[in-house]
Amino acid sequence: MPKDVAIIGVGQSHFVRGYPGSIRELAFDAYSEAMKDAGLGPDDVNASIICTAPEYDKQRSPSGLIAEYLGLNPQPTFAIETVCSASSTGLKVAYSMIKSGLHDIVVVLGFQKMSEITSADSQERMGRGADIMWESPFGTMMPAYYAMHARAHFNKYGSTPEDLALIRVKAAKYGTLNERAVYRKGVEFDQVMSSDIIASPLKMFDCCANADGSSCMVLASADKAKEISKKPVWVLGVGAASAAMTMTGRDALSGLSAAREAAKAAYEMAGVTPQDIDVAEVHDCFTIAELMAYENLGFAEPGKGNELIRNGETYIGGKIPVNVDGGLLSKGHPIGATGGSQIRTIVLQLRDEAGDIQVPGAEIGLVHNIGGVGIYGNVTILGR
Amino acid sequence: MGFEKFGQVSFTSQTRAAEFVDYLEKGEVRATKCNECGRVFFPPRADCSWCMSSNVEWLEIKGQGKIDSFTKVNYAPTGFEKDVPYILTLADFDGIKVFGRMNKEISEDNVKVGMAVKVAPLTLSEGKITYEFLPA
Ligand SMILES: [Zn+2]
Repeated sequence: MPKDVAIIGVGQSHFVRGYPGSIRELAFDAYSEAMKDAGLGPDDVNASIICTAPEYDKQRSPSGLIAEYLGLNPQPTFAIETVCSASSTGLKVAYSMIKSGLHDIVVVLGFQKMSEITSADSQERMGRGADIMWESPFGTMMPAYYAMHARAHFNKYGSTPEDLALIRVKAAKYGTLNERAVYRKGVEFDQVMSSDIIASPLKMFDCCANADGSSCMVLASADKAKEISKKPVWVLGVGAASAAMTMTGRDALSGLSAAREAAKAAYEMAGVTPQDIDVAEVHDCFTIAELMAYENLGFAEPGKGNELIRNGETYIGGKIPVNVDGGLLSKGHPIGATGGSQIRTIVLQLRDEAGDIQVPGAEIGLVHNIGGVGIYGNVTILGR
Repeated sequence: MGFEKFGQVSFTSQTRAAEFVDYLEKGEVRATKCNECGRVFFPPRADCSWCMSSNVEWLEIKGQGKIDSFTKVNYAPTGFEKDVPYILTLADFDGIKVFGRMNKEISEDNVKVGMAVKVAPLTLSEGKITYEFLPA
């Protein structure tokens, strides 16, 4: 297992509806926590990577603004965008910069302030995260795309709306334990099943909550990590892949090929198999996305993902605990910050600092973070 | 110019594939075909990145397709408020996949995966035009 680059600090803001501050202040919340966690100051950092999706706030070229506010001039800074997986992509780039020997310490900061615009406007922007020439003119939006994946999965494998509801109930159970989650209430099975249909077969409770939030990771070379950190968490595998942005360009809707490809690359690099993973964070922007993730990551055979949730195997105590921080469904999904938040959850797990949601003895964890509707696949494997 | 006519809300005005709209106005839904390798593209492409060629011809999508998946959208993104509900559909015409909406008169109960459909141009208000699926 490669132990060349480590995460030595993590931070996350509260994920909220309507953050009462500007994007620079939102970024500071996660950054200050991660830097204190790492025990570093701005002068120790060699470069910063800012991860965010455009058009939610008005700031152009946000990396300039954020780097200045965080005291990270004159070090190099730039922005990265793979929509919802921006901060996992940021981690991969930081890994490469450190592994190459170019830098020793790199900060990856993700943020999104979604509440500056209405929910319908936000859906319009997400709809334009698809092919604007040939698909957006039909009135596309994220729930509709994932709904079409859900219908195809139901049709091919016999999975059901009830399976999806079980995933939401799990997310909500752990959301009640996460004080930084936007949605902290429990959700009953019947509540999910009777909620309004947004885009059939997906209902309101099948969809994650928009939120404002930020996340931050401090990455270091092996030498620096051993010198600075008592509990470095090692980046064992980074896998990334892409797939057609258009629905028409996809091989099948019953899974996400970019997730499968990214997982294969990450497992190979880390030298581990799905059975070696002790705890996982998967990109559950919709319940169907978690179900497909079980299969695309190899936790279940294709078509058998629903058995994992029916048997409670993705709860703490089960075969493979998934999204024990509430996931995107309950924790919230502030686009550019999401990947970093997922990674923070796994880092805390591997440091044995996860409190109420600790998976006992977790040694290897996995993060699955998807940009757009399966356009960008990112899988990161971490170990202690 | 010309492509801004495509769809209820358009986000692109210029494309080298704008002839698509001219064919819609003539009553045809067309794909493109690369004259070098024979690959057929829908949505139509002006270029083939396998052959590094822009030598393409237009080819009508005829006959029956089969529904791969569909969803009835109840909440609209900005710009589409007046349209809801509508059924987004992906259909397969012998390997050529087409994405669009189902005809408004068709209720969700009558739409099934695997169902046979055809595709036809649909004139919208204000000089706009698109295409839609109909049961075959
Ligand atoms: Zn060709």
